[in-house]
Amino acid sequence: MNWLDTVKTGLDAIRSHRLRSGLTMLGILIGIAAVILTVGLGEGAQAQVRDQINSLGTNLLVVSPGSVTSGGIRGGFGSANTLTKADADALGSKMVAPDVAQVAPSTQSQGTLTVGSSNWTTSVVGTTPPWAAVRARKIDSGRFLTADDENTAAAVVVLGPTTSQQLFGAENPVGQTVTLNNVPLQVVGVLQSSGSSSGTANNDDTAVVPYSTAAQRLFGGNARTSVNAIYLSASSSGTLSAAYQEVQNELLNLHHITNSNNADFTITTQESLLTTANSVNKTLTVLLGGIAGISLLVGGIGVMNIMLVSVTERVREIGLRKALGARPRVIRRQFLVEASVLGLAGGILGALIGMIGSGVLPNFINSPVTLSPTATVGAIVIAIAIGLAFGVYPASRAARLAPIDALRTE
Amino acid sequence: MDLLGPYGSDHSSRQEVIRLERVSKVYRTGAFEVAALRDVDLTIHDGEFVAIAGPSGSGKSTLMHILGCLDVPTAGRYYLAGEDVSTMTEDDLAAVRNRRIGFVFQQFNLLPSLTALRNVELPLAYSGAPRHERHERAVRALGRVGLADRLEHRPGELSGGQQQRVAVARALVTEPALILADEPTGNLDSVSTRDVLGLLQDLHDSGRTVVLITHEHDVASAAGRVVNMLDGRVHQDADTVEVWTR
Ligand SMILES: Nc1ncnc2c1ncn2[C@@H]1O[C@H](COP(=O)(O)OP(=O)(O)OP(=O)(O)O)[C@@H](O)[C@H]1O
Ligand SMILES: [Mg+2]
Repeated sequence: MNWLDTVKTGLDAIRSHRLRSGLTMLGILIGIAAVILTVGLGEGAQAQVRDQINSLGTNLLVVSPGSVTSGGIRGGFGSANTLTKADADALGSKMVAPDVAQVAPSTQSQGTLTVGSSNWTTSVVGTTPPWAAVRARKIDSGRFLTADDENTAAAVVVLGPTTSQQLFGAENPVGQTVTLNNVPLQVVGVLQSSGSSSGTANNDDTAVVPYSTAAQRLFGGNARTSVNAIYLSASSSGTLSAAYQEVQNELLNLHHITNSNNADFTITTQESLLTTANSVNKTLTVLLGGIAGISLLVGGIGVMNIMLVSVTERVREIGLRKALGARPRVIRRQFLVEASVLGLAGGILGALIGMIGSGVLPNFINSPVTLSPTATVGAIVIAIAIGLAFGVYPASRAARLAPIDALRTE
Repeated sequence: MDLLGPYGSDHSSRQEVIRLERVSKVYRTGAFEVAALRDVDLTIHDGEFVAIAGPSGSGKSTLMHILGCLDVPTAGRYYLAGEDVSTMTEDDLAAVRNRRIGFVFQQFNLLPSLTALRNVELPLAYSGAPRHERHERAVRALGRVGLADRLEHRPGELSGGQQQRVAVARALVTEPALILADEPTGNLDSVSTRDVLGLLQDLHDSGRTVVLITHEHDVASAAGRVVNMLDGRVHQDADTVEVWTR
């Protein structure tokens, strides 16, 4: 009996047991689709967070007031007003911090912008011109803030795309006037969307004004000298840790703190954000992978079960084929073909459904799904292996029986 | 008809097809042991038509399965055409079952999902015959058993007698020298019985060795030799039907 005959015999057997073959394939299919979807969800979430962090800017350092290792009477992270415009100015000196490329102090506050009868509450950022470069933001139309704006505390504003949309609709707002805290501000530009389509709405709903304008004309009190954050960019990714050191030393110096454990500020790098995010994601991926593994296992046990039943039910057939002169090898081969056709068909259908699902699912759960070729191929291989192990093993055991013993089984 | 009988001088010139030497078969089921065959000696020559008779449980089927290489004896030796079967490998045995022996079962044992034609083609597929030759020979074999018009019917669509004729076609399609039939007519009515026995008689007439288990007097009378089993032993072995006992 040649391979072609064997394949035909195997296909015949599959065709003549449609329901059972269908159920076997269904088990494999569900397992594989589950693996592809869950692994895809995990990887999609990871990619999303990575995108978000990268969209903050490259080689970014963020100095925030307060300390995470809050000791003594100091307030918690971000709550103290310990950073000042003077700190930012000092860090801008090439002598003090040679590896820092650009510095952008930022003061942030909620504010309501009014145009005619419509108004919109957004986060108003007071900052200096380098902010756009440090935060990796681009201008869609008009221009960004200039040094002139800063020096003259000009009444100008750059809107985020969402804010512009809310106040002016599709109209180009450049040249129009918006009112904030009774101060009329001229719109000079609109920011580009921050890029990642992934729910970074906050980055796009903002209004950026010169720092001096914010401090002197829009907000009173603390806002006059203190800043909410200082954004810095290192000159390159290689100098990121050097820049970190320089910034830390200078700020400790300025704040008269000798022990860095008592620092009243916190420096966050993009890298540290990524590390934290990745470790969170690793947990997520392991969790999802575990669920996927269990579903594949359950699918696999289903396949095992059906293959075992199928072979046991056909021990008589095996006996008869042996009585007619089939060599054990030929019988093993027949079941090998049957099991791998079932495994492969179920695997491919499962992969298809997984792929379709990963295209459709994001529309419902607002979370991206990344197809992982490794997981897909791995799952198919496992499915076939399960089919083979639990189809061929009992079949070859039956093939070793004396034909009459096989024929006698009920 | 052979006038000299199985032990006559004529047989010395004929080739031995089957020789059993002190063959025993013990079935073990849990703590129980059933001795189905005890020290059976039996020789069958080329071209003989042998009926095996005996009461139920006397070991006829067990004997037949050993003759057909479907089962192995617990003790003793079985020479098939002079070759010791116990020294053969699994693959050798498969080849023997495929080419030298045609087996007809009481329960037909056809594959229900295959057509009559495909059932008859099966042994040829295992012998590696090319596709067109397989088809031709299977069609011819089915023609020989009078089922030329039932090629594409599945066993479920055939009567018992027709199914058994398909099984006979399957047994003869490889042109084996030895045909073994275990109560082939046990499940058939008298008309079908006559058909099937006629076919076996034809095979014998064309020079094949036929061994047949039967309970029926007139069936045994058609054979040239009757081996009577009792309690796992050969009780009587003669070439006349007068020894027939029930
Ligand atoms: N698989 C088996 N396991 C255990 N005992 C068996 C097995 N097959 C047969 N036997 C026993 O061996 C003995 C001989 O059985 P066998 O089938 O050869 O008888 P038989 O002569 O063919 O009977 P019948 O005319 O009823 O078909 C019986 O006692 C039977 O119970
Ligand atoms: Mg019997």
